[in-house]
Amino acid sequence: MQSDIKRLSLILLFAPFALWIALLIILPHMGMVVLSLREKVAPRVYEFGFGNYIDFINEPIYWNTLLRTGSMSILVTFLALLIGFPIAYYIAKIAGKRSRGALFLLCLIPLWVSDLIRAFGWILLLRETGVISSFLTDIGLIDQPIEFLYNDITVVIGLVYTVILFMIVPLVSTLDGMDNAMIEAGYNLGGNGFTVLRRIIVPYAMPGIVSGCIVVFMMTAGSYLTPILLGGKNSSWFTEQIYDQFITRFNWESGAAFGFLLLAFTSIVVWIGLRLTGQTLANTVAKS
Amino acid sequence: MNTATLTDPALEPAFDLECSNIHKSFGAVRAVDDVSFKIPKGSFFSILGPSGCGKTTLMRMIAGFEDPTSGDIQIKGKSVLNTPPNKRNVKMVFQHLALFPMMNVYENIAYGLRCIGTDKAEIDRKVKDVLERIALPDVADREIHQLSGGQKQRIAIARCMVMDPDVLLLDEPLGALDLKLREAMKIELKLLQHQFNTTFIYITHDQSEALVMSDHVAIMNEGRFEQIGRPEDLYHNPQTSFVAGFVGDSNRWSGRVTAQEGGEYRVETEAGLVMTSARAVGQGISSGKDVSIFVRPEFITARKTSSEGSSTAQNTLQGRVDSVLFNGANSRVLVRDPVGELIEADVVVTGGTEDLRAGDDVTLEWSAAQTMCFAV
Repeated sequence: MQSDIKRLSLILLFAPFALWIALLIILPHMGMVVLSLREKVAPRVYEFGFGNYIDFINEPIYWNTLLRTGSMSILVTFLALLIGFPIAYYIAKIAGKRSRGALFLLCLIPLWVSDLIRAFGWILLLRETGVISSFLTDIGLIDQPIEFLYNDITVVIGLVYTVILFMIVPLVSTLDGMDNAMIEAGYNLGGNGFTVLRRIIVPYAMPGIVSGCIVVFMMTAGSYLTPILLGGKNSSWFTEQIYDQFITRFNWESGAAFGFLLLAFTSIVVWIGLRLTGQTLANTVAKS
Repeated sequence: MNTATLTDPALEPAFDLECSNIHKSFGAVRAVDDVSFKIPKGSFFSILGPSGCGKTTLMRMIAGFEDPTSGDIQIKGKSVLNTPPNKRNVKMVFQHLALFPMMNVYENIAYGLRCIGTDKAEIDRKVKDVLERIALPDVADREIHQLSGGQKQRIAIARCMVMDPDVLLLDEPLGALDLKLREAMKIELKLLQHQFNTTFIYITHDQSEALVMSDHVAIMNEGRFEQIGRPEDLYHNPQTSFVAGFVGDSNRWSGRVTAQEGGEYRVETEAGLVMTSARAVGQGISSGKDVSIFVRPEFITARKTSSEGSSTAQNTLQGRVDSVLFNGANSRVLVRDPVGELIEADVVVTGGTEDLRAGDDVTLEWSAAQTMCFAV
C-alpha cells in the first residue's frame, strides 16, 4: 500500500519530464531522421536514400558554412571564457557578500529583454547613422559615417554579449565552492599570482569552465537571430542555411539532414573538448 | 601584561620570530591590540584564546595575508612588513588543511618546490625524504580524497616542511578530527616538531592541545596577550583572573576582602561563604576591595564528615554530595555548600564501599595557598 503510493507519486512527478522529452524532443527528432532520409525522385514521389547527406558533401558552400559556423562559435566561446572568467572570479571571490547578489543581478538584467530587442539595440549603436558613427563624426574623428554592422567582428561581439551570462553562472558556482584558504595556501607555499591561477584556480574551476564552454558553444552554434541581424546577408551562419532549406526553398528533406549534421557536428566538437580537458559530462554539466 | 616577553636567559638569543607592538584594526574594531612577543628558535609556541580573540588575525599577519595597522614583525631578525606572503619563509597549515584536491600527494608536496624553481631530481629526493620523515613513504601516488584524516594532516605538514621554513604556523588543524585521532595527533605533532626542529606556532582554542604540546603558551583575550609562560606556570601561577578562569577548571566566586593580616586575606563571597586566601594577585588588594576567587577542584579534598581525621587546612566547609561525576581517574563530586551553591572537588573513585555517594555529608578542605584572589 505504502509502496504503491510512493510509486504512484514518483510516476506523477516524473510524467511531465518524460512527456516533454518524448513528445517534444525524441518524437520530432525521429520524424526528422525519417524526413532527412527521403530522396525526392519526382514531384510527390520519394525514395529512401542518403541523397540529402551526399548533396551536403558535394556542395562546398554547405560544409564551408558549417565549418565557418563551428570555428566562429569556438572563437566566441573562447572570448566569452576570457571575459567571463575575471567577472566570475570577481563576483565569487573578491566582491563582498552584499554586492555579490547585486552584481549577479546586473548580469541577469540583459536576459529580461528579448534577444530581438537586444540585437536591435546593437543595430541602433552600430549602424551607419547610429550612435557611435554619428558621435565619431561629431567630434571630428572621422570624415564620413562608418557602417559597423554586417561584418564578422560585429557578429562575434553580439554573440559574446548574448551568451556570456551562461559562461559566468557555472563559473561563479564552481569558484564559489573553492575554499579561499586554497588560494592563500598557493601563495603561502611560494607561488606568484600567475602560478596560483595556472596551477590552482584554473584546475579547480575546470568543471565549471568546461560546462560553461559546452553551453555557450551549443547556444552560439545554434543561434539564428544575432548572426542574421548583425551580420546581414554576409553572416552565412549554418542555421541560416537550415532556415533557407525549410522556409525559402521548401526543401524539408534537405533541411532535416542539415539539422542533423549540425547536431552531430556540435556533439563531436564537445566530445573532443571533453577529451582534451580530461573531463566527463557527469562532473561538468551535471554538477553545476 | 601585553608587552610580556620570554626573557629566559637559558634560551639562546636567536629568535625566529619577533613581533613588537602589533596593532590591527578593522574599522572601529581592534582585533589585535599592542601585542609583543619573541619566539626562540626551535620551540613550540601556542596562542590560546577563545574564538574571536584575534589569534587568527595575528597569525594571518605573520603569514602576510593581512598587514598590521602598526607595529613590526621580524623573522630571523629581519622585518617582513614589506615582503609579500609568497616571499616569506613562513609556511602555514590551514584549519581545513587546504590540500589541493586536483593534485595527488606527490604534486601537493612538490608544488612549493616547483614555485621556487627546484630541479626535478632534487624535488624527487626531497619529497621522498619528507614522506619518510612523516612515516608515510608509500602514499606519493595517492589522490587526496583517498587519505584518512590523520594522513591528510601529516601531508599538510609535510607540504610545508619540505620548504624548510623558518616558522611553521598551524591554525587549529586538529579541529576537524574526531576525539581519539585528535589525542593521537597531539602527541604526533609534538614529535614531528622535535624531529624537524623548526619553530611551530600553534593557534587553538582548546587548552588541552596547547598545554600538552607547547613549550610556551600565550593566552590571548580581546586582542591582547594576557600572559605568556610555560604551561605549568599558566596553570599554577595565573597572573590575571581571565587566565585563571580560562586555563583548567576552577570553582569561582565573586567576593570582597574583609580583613588583611600579613600575607593572608579574609574574603567573603557574595553568598556569604568566608575563606582565607594566601595568594592575592594584582595591585591594591586590601580590605573592602572586590575580588574574584578561584580554587581548583584538585586542591579541594572531600571527606565524609562521619570519618575520623583531623584537619590542618585553613578552609573547611560542610556540605552534602549532590552528585558524583564518574570519569575514571578524573572523577568529581558536586557538593552543595551551606549557602546552596555547588562546589566541584576531585575524588578518587575506587569502586569500594568507602566511595562518596549522593546524599553523603562531607567536609571540604583546602589550603589558603591554593585560594587565589584577583582584583576585579
